[in-house]
Amino acid sequence: MSCTECKLTESEKLTELSAFIEAHPDPVEAQGALIPVLHRAQELFGYLPTEVMDFVADKMQVPTAYVYGVATFYSHFTLIPRGKYPISVCMGTACYVKGAPAILDTIKQQIGIRTGETTEDGLFTLLETRCIGACGLAPVLTIGDDVYGRLTPDQIPDILEKYHVEK
Amino acid sequence: MINLTIDGKPVSVPEGTTIMSAAEKIGVKVPRLCYHPRLSVEGACRVCIVEVEGMRSLPASCAYPVEEGMVVRTITPEIREIRRDIVELLLDNHPTDCQTCERDGNCELQDLAYSTGVRERFFEGERKHYENDYSSPGVIRVPDKCVMCHRCVRICGEVQGIHCLGYHSRGFKTVVMPAYNLPFNDSVCSTCGQCINACPTAAFLEKDAVHNVMRALADPNKHVVVQFAPSVRAAIGEGFGIKPGVPLQKKIVSALRLIGFDAVFDTEVGADVNIMEEGMEFIERVKAGGPFPLITSCSSAWIKFAENFYHDMLPNLSSTKSPMSILGSLAKTYYAEKAGIPKENIYSVGAMCCTAKKFEAARHQCWLDENTPAVDAVMTTRELIWLIKSNGIDFMNLPDEEFDDPLGDSTGGGSIFGWTGGLAESVLRSVYYFITGETLVDIEFDGLRSMEWVKRQTINIGGTDYKFAVAHGLQNAHTLLRSIRDGKEEAHFVEIMGCPGGCIGGGGQPYARTTGSIPLDEKLLKKRADALRSEDRSKTIRRSYENPWVQRLYREYLGAPLSEKSHKLLHTKLVSRLPVGISRRENKP
Ligand code: SF4
Ligand code: SF4
Ligand code: SF4
Ligand code: FES
Ligand code: FES
Repeated sequence: MSCTECKLTESEKLTELSAFIEAHPDPVEAQGALIPVLHRAQELFGYLPTEVMDFVADKMQVPTAYVYGVATFYSHFTLIPRGKYPISVCMGTACYVKGAPAILDTIKQQIGIRTGETTEDGLFTLLETRCIGACGLAPVLTIGDDVYGRLTPDQIPDILEKYHVEK
Repeated sequence: MINLTIDGKPVSVPEGTTIMSAAEKIGVKVPRLCYHPRLSVEGACRVCIVEVEGMRSLPASCAYPVEEGMVVRTITPEIREIRRDIVELLLDNHPTDCQTCERDGNCELQDLAYSTGVRERFFEGERKHYENDYSSPGVIRVPDKCVMCHRCVRICGEVQGIHCLGYHSRGFKTVVMPAYNLPFNDSVCSTCGQCINACPTAAFLEKDAVHNVMRALADPNKHVVVQFAPSVRAAIGEGFGIKPGVPLQKKIVSALRLIGFDAVFDTEVGADVNIMEEGMEFIERVKAGGPFPLITSCSSAWIKFAENFYHDMLPNLSSTKSPMSILGSLAKTYYAEKAGIPKENIYSVGAMCCTAKKFEAARHQCWLDENTPAVDAVMTTRELIWLIKSNGIDFMNLPDEEFDDPLGDSTGGGSIFGWTGGLAESVLRSVYYFITGETLVDIEFDGLRSMEWVKRQTINIGGTDYKFAVAHGLQNAHTLLRSIRDGKEEAHFVEIMGCPGGCIGGGGQPYARTTGSIPLDEKLLKKRADALRSEDRSKTIRRSYENPWVQRLYREYLGAPLSEKSHKLLHTKLVSRLPVGISRRENKP
C-alpha cells in the first residue's frame, strides 16, 4: 500500500475502486474479474469490509454470496481489519528449521492472538508467510516495513515493546 | 450424429451429448449425485466416473461429451471400487444419524451407499461440525449433512434467481451458506424451500411445526381449526404409496378429524374469497386506468422476493392476503363469532405445500392485530404425512368425509390455484362477469396452462383486450418483470408463483424421490396438476363469485369486496426489505 492511498477518504477509495471495476468492462467476464477487483479493494481498504463487498457485488452485478465465496476461498483476502503493524513470521523451510515455530509461539503468548487475528487495540495482526528470500537471516519476521533476523524467542518482548511505545 | 460404443453396445447421439445421457439411451443409469438435468453441470462429486478406452483418467460422465468412435465402459471392477471409495469418503464426513434423520428412507446418499456397495467403513477420520441455523421461520440449515453437491446453490441461483447461497472457504472447510454467513433470516432467502427439494440429503429442512400443533391439540382450552391447500390433496398420496394424480381431500378431512382437529376448513374457500377481493382490485384499476399490471401476491416466497428485490413494483402488487391468511383470518372472526368461541381460544393451523407459508404466518402484516396471527402454525405436506403416520392412521382405508361449514365449500375457481396459471385463470373466470355481467362459458385457458416458464395470453373482455402474463420459478419472475419494467412488454395482470410449477411444486411437498422421480420433474408436476384439474371439473360450480357460501359471507359479514371490513381482515401491506446480499444479475447460461 503506497502512502498516498492510505490518506484517501473512504469515499475517495470507493471512487477509485469504481474506476478500477469500470476498467474491466466485459460484464460476462465479471465473475472472472472478481479476483483482481477484490485484490484492488483490499489494497485500498486494507481488508474487505462487508460494505465494500456489497459495493463490488452491486457495481459488478455479481451475487453477494459469490463475492463472499471468492473472498473466503483465497487465504490472501482478509475480512477483518489489519492491525497497524502486521507481524509476518516466516515459516519457510530455512526459518522453520532454525526455530520459527518457537518464535511464533512466543508472539502468540505475548499478544494473545492466533494467526490471522488482530489484537483488540488494533495494533498487531499476526500472519504466517512463506520464504521471503532472507534465508541467510533465518529465522525472520517482519513488522510493518521492518525486518528482524537471527531471532531467538527471548528477543521478542523487547521488539514488540518498541511498537507499543511508538503508538 | 456421433457414433460410439457403451458397454459393448453401439449408440448414436447428437454432438454435444454427455456420456451419461448417451448411456441412458441403452438403459444404463450411471450412478450420480451432483448432476441434475435441469441445472448447470457442476462435476463436483465424481460419482459418475466411467472408463474411456485410451484415456488415462476416468472422466465424469455427466460433464464429458461423447466423441466419434469412443469406447466407454460404465462399470468395471476398477470403477466399481473407486466409485465405492468416493461414496465412502462422503459418508466418512457425514453423521451416522440415519435412524433419527428426517430423510431416513428418502435419502439419495443412502441410496448411493447401498447401490455402490458400501457395507463397512474404513476411512473414519476428522468430521466437520457446524451449528444448525434455525433463524428462518421456514427453512433450517443443517450443514453437517451437506455432501457438497452444490445443487442447492444452483437451484437457488438458476431456477429461483435469488443467489442466496454460495460456497464459503475451501477444501475440507467449505460450507454452503448465505453471504457473510448471515443468519438465514437476515439473508435474501425467500424461504421457498426449493433447496430442500433439491438437496440429496437432510442439509436443508423445514422448520418443525408439528410439535406446536400437537401441543395445541392436547390443550383442552384450545379450539383447533385446520385448513389445507389445494396442492396438499394433489400430492399427499405420494407419501402413502399412491400414484400421483388423484385428489384426496376427503381422506385428508377424515384423517384430520381422527387426529382431533375441531373443525376442518378448505383453503380453497379462502381462494374463492381471494378472487372476489383481487378481482375487484383489478376492476378498480380498470376503471382508474391503472396502475398496471396488477401483480398477484398469493405466493409467499414471491412476496419475500418482491420485498427484497422489487421495491419499485410493490405498488403493483395486490394487497389481498393469500387464501391461507384469508381463511385463517375468517376462522378467527367470522367463524369464531358464529360458533361463539373467543378468538384467543382458537388455534389456527394450515397444512401447506410450502415452507414460505411459515414465513407468511409469522409475518405481522398478515396478522389480524398485534397479538393475533391469522394462522398460528403451518405444517408442510411432508409434515402432515408424518403426523398422519405417527397417529397410526391407515390413510388409504379411511372413509371419505366432507369439510366443515361455513368455510368448507369451494368452487373449481379455488381448486385451480395450485398450479401455475391457475390463479390467473380463476381471476379471468370471475372478472369476466364483473366487467360484462355475463357468464364466461369457455373457462379453461390453454395458453395459461402449460409448463412453460413464462406464459402470455391476451383475452378480450367486453370489447377490450387484456394482457395476462404468468411466470413461475422466481428466475422467470425476474425475466418477466424486467421486461415489463424496461417497457419491452405490456401486461394488465401478472401472476407470479414462487415455485416451479406453482404450489404443486412447493418446497414442502413430498420429496420427488418418494415416487422415484427427481426434483423439478415435469411429469410429476403435471400429474399433480391433473389431480387439481379433476377436482375442478368435478365441481358443479367453477366460478368463485357463484359460491353460495362466499355470497353469504359477504351478505352476512363483510358487506362487499374491498369494504372497510374486508380491508381490515383480508388485506395486507407490503414492506420494502433491505436486500442484504444482492442477486440482481441476469442469469448467465
Ligand atoms: S441425510 Fe441421509 S445419510 Fe445422512 S443421516 Fe440423513 S438419512 Fe442418513
Ligand atoms: S429457501 Fe429458496 S431462496 Fe432460500 S436458500 Fe433455499 S432455494 Fe434459496
Ligand atoms: S446442502 Fe444439500 S444440495 Fe446443498 S451442497 Fe449440500 S448436499 Fe448439496
Ligand atoms: S525460509 Fe524464511 S526467509 Fe527463506
Ligand atoms: S454426477 Fe457427475 S460429477 Fe457429480
